[in-house]
Amino acid sequence: MNCCNGCHNQGYEKLNPVFEKYRNKPGSLISVLQEAQELYGYLSMELMDYIAENIGVKPAKVHGVATFYTQFRLKPVGKYLILLCQGTACHVNGADAVKEAITEELSIEEGETTSDNLFTLNNVACLGCCSLSPVMMINGETFGKLTPAKTKEILREFKARESKSAEVTA
Amino acid sequence: MEMYRSHVMICRGTGCTSANSEQIAKNFEEEIKKHGLEKEVVVERTGCFGLCALGPIVIIYPEASFYSLVKPEDVEEIVKEHLVKGRVVKRLLYAESVEEDRIKSINEVDFYKKQVRVALRNCGIINPENIDEYIAFDGYKALAKVLTEMTPVQVIDTVKKSGLRGRGGAGFPTGMKWEFASKSHNEQKYVLCNADEGDPGAFMDRSVLEGDPHSVIEAMTIAGYAIGANQGYIYVRAEYPIAVKRLAIAISQAREYGLLGKGIMGTNFNFDLEVRLGAGAFVCGEETALIASIEGQRGMPRPRPPFPAVKGLFGKPTILNNVETYANICPIFLNGPEWFASMGTEKSKGTKVFALGGKINNTGLVEIPMGTTMREVIYEIGGGCPNGKKYKAAQTGGPSGGCIPASHLDVAIDYENLIALGSMMGSGGLIVMDEDNCMVDIARYFLDFTVDESCGKCTPCREGTKRMLEILERITEGKGEESDIEKLETLAKNIKNSALCGLGQTAPNPILSTLKYFRDEYEAHIRDKKCPAGVCQALLSYTVIDEKCKGCGICAKQCPVSCISGQPKTVYKINSDKCIKCGVCMTKCPFKAIEKK
Repeated sequence: MNCCNGCHNQGYEKLNPVFEKYRNKPGSLISVLQEAQELYGYLSMELMDYIAENIGVKPAKVHGVATFYTQFRLKPVGKYLILLCQGTACHVNGADAVKEAITEELSIEEGETTSDNLFTLNNVACLGCCSLSPVMMINGETFGKLTPAKTKEILREFKARESKSAEVTA
Repeated sequence: MEMYRSHVMICRGTGCTSANSEQIAKNFEEEIKKHGLEKEVVVERTGCFGLCALGPIVIIYPEASFYSLVKPEDVEEIVKEHLVKGRVVKRLLYAESVEEDRIKSINEVDFYKKQVRVALRNCGIINPENIDEYIAFDGYKALAKVLTEMTPVQVIDTVKKSGLRGRGGAGFPTGMKWEFASKSHNEQKYVLCNADEGDPGAFMDRSVLEGDPHSVIEAMTIAGYAIGANQGYIYVRAEYPIAVKRLAIAISQAREYGLLGKGIMGTNFNFDLEVRLGAGAFVCGEETALIASIEGQRGMPRPRPPFPAVKGLFGKPTILNNVETYANICPIFLNGPEWFASMGTEKSKGTKVFALGGKINNTGLVEIPMGTTMREVIYEIGGGCPNGKKYKAAQTGGPSGGCIPASHLDVAIDYENLIALGSMMGSGGLIVMDEDNCMVDIARYFLDFTVDESCGKCTPCREGTKRMLEILERITEGKGEESDIEKLETLAKNIKNSALCGLGQTAPNPILSTLKYFRDEYEAHIRDKKCPAGVCQALLSYTVIDEKCKGCGICAKQCPVSCISGQPKTVYKINSDKCIKCGVCMTKCPFKAIEKK
């Protein structure tokens, strides 16, 4: 998105209403970053610089805030974001085995994205569905009482859905 | 309001929702329509009923029939039998509620019998997305009383008299906090709600917000009146999408009804609320860090004093209370502070909500009067450990807390008793562990969490927790040294005394409490290089049980490093030098002839 002519803000117009919405609200940097990530999937350096310029804070501060919170992603993520719960209940009920299953099925470790850009695996602190432990969330949908076999089955379903829709578009 | 002969309450908390309760609700609506009962029976989507282990849950009133583990395909039968013909479908009822000659209502089953629901009073009873239902259950009545009959000083006195203490974990008297802020003179003050429920294993705040968001809004408005604030913020985790959505709906409905905004209930009191989404940082549960985060900064704590009551959000006097604390406020005004103070122990009044999780049969949310024993919670309400396993410990207080072993199960739960045991109340996560859980691994797990979540501002926490984690990792990998326990104890003491905020000061607790009650497990790891619970992979070896092996050879075929040898129909052997301890052989063996020790 960054070209040599200084027109690096191209493509970020969708943020303008967000800037407008928060213009007079104090302390809204985090909210702006959250909405920006929602729109663009992740926070690139260019995007953060653009935000800094537009809301009148130093780029260093924007970077500082973005790197502090686990919610913010500085790298692109796959189409499906897997949030694997690391809560206590999940831990005592075998979250490690679920992690192994995901790694086996998708060949990615925590923080990585599959080469086809379909899946990203992120570890998260407790998702708060301890009664369903161990739990993972994929794009907002919660999957509970996981076993390694069930985990693989769920991931395969996602994959199957993808190859089907790929066929349709082809 | 329309009158209906039957109410079908369907749980739309996170647990039941992920078990497809929305589909069940839709099926009910469809079937009810099919039978032409739309004018007689209403379907309500409610908050959490508490017994999450048996979700999705459907309760049909007026009988209070408790259907558990309901599937979308069961709905047709329930409508046809129960709603049309009036015959309860016994097969689908919660097993414990069925007796030979009669059916118990929800309030009579063991899980609910000992509970007293104050903070959770409306969860599972009302539709949280409809303000009229909240109002029908005495909603905004406390606010009306406060605004029209009481002075701010009387409001604070009432909260003080009730004995309510902060439910976020530390247990600071709520009334005193309000009083400090009310005495700070400033035109602008703030009321904050901490809904950044970060303790792994706790989900009571989420359930209150999902099931009864107005109770928090009403209480924050009362707090605003008491301290003289006209603006509030609810800081809620972005990981709780249902709670965020319901809060937004509730706030806009309250504004529409004139219960938030300018001139509330025709008085000259103004108060409004804004929701701020947390961006995922455990340390933001600490009050000064949370304030920094609302200001749009990195969520790092600062030294106190000045306390937020003097200098808080944007430098103005601020009070910050937890969701559950607010959920207790309205009943105190409706029933009187004496009523509230009549529950509980000498220094801990009222009730406490616990999130039961881990190795326990009835996982879910329970609310018990303070002073109830741990044994009652775990065995009578929680139903004990599943699969006949032996109870080992319960962990309360999350990464700041500690373990309660079997020998202390009869202690009455209150703030002081739990601290005396080396644990703490915490926000209310209660994770049960059985004989298959390794306590050194649990300590390592919590330290891993704190190291990850340490903000890095002060050295004891940033460096100290990391060193403790390294030692624990060494121990669980079989490289522990004789002096490690001593080193852990010294480090723990120093970090406790010198860290800047609560996160660092309490980070050593999981180690200290497991050392206190399960020192033998540490010693077994260090001296004998054994993990008695069979959790720490590096210390395990897989062996074939000779008598059980039928010589099928499946294990040898499955082993990824070919370390199992043998001939068909003879006993196979595992070469432990080559074994990578992946455990595949054990899961694949059809005769359970492989064990790990």
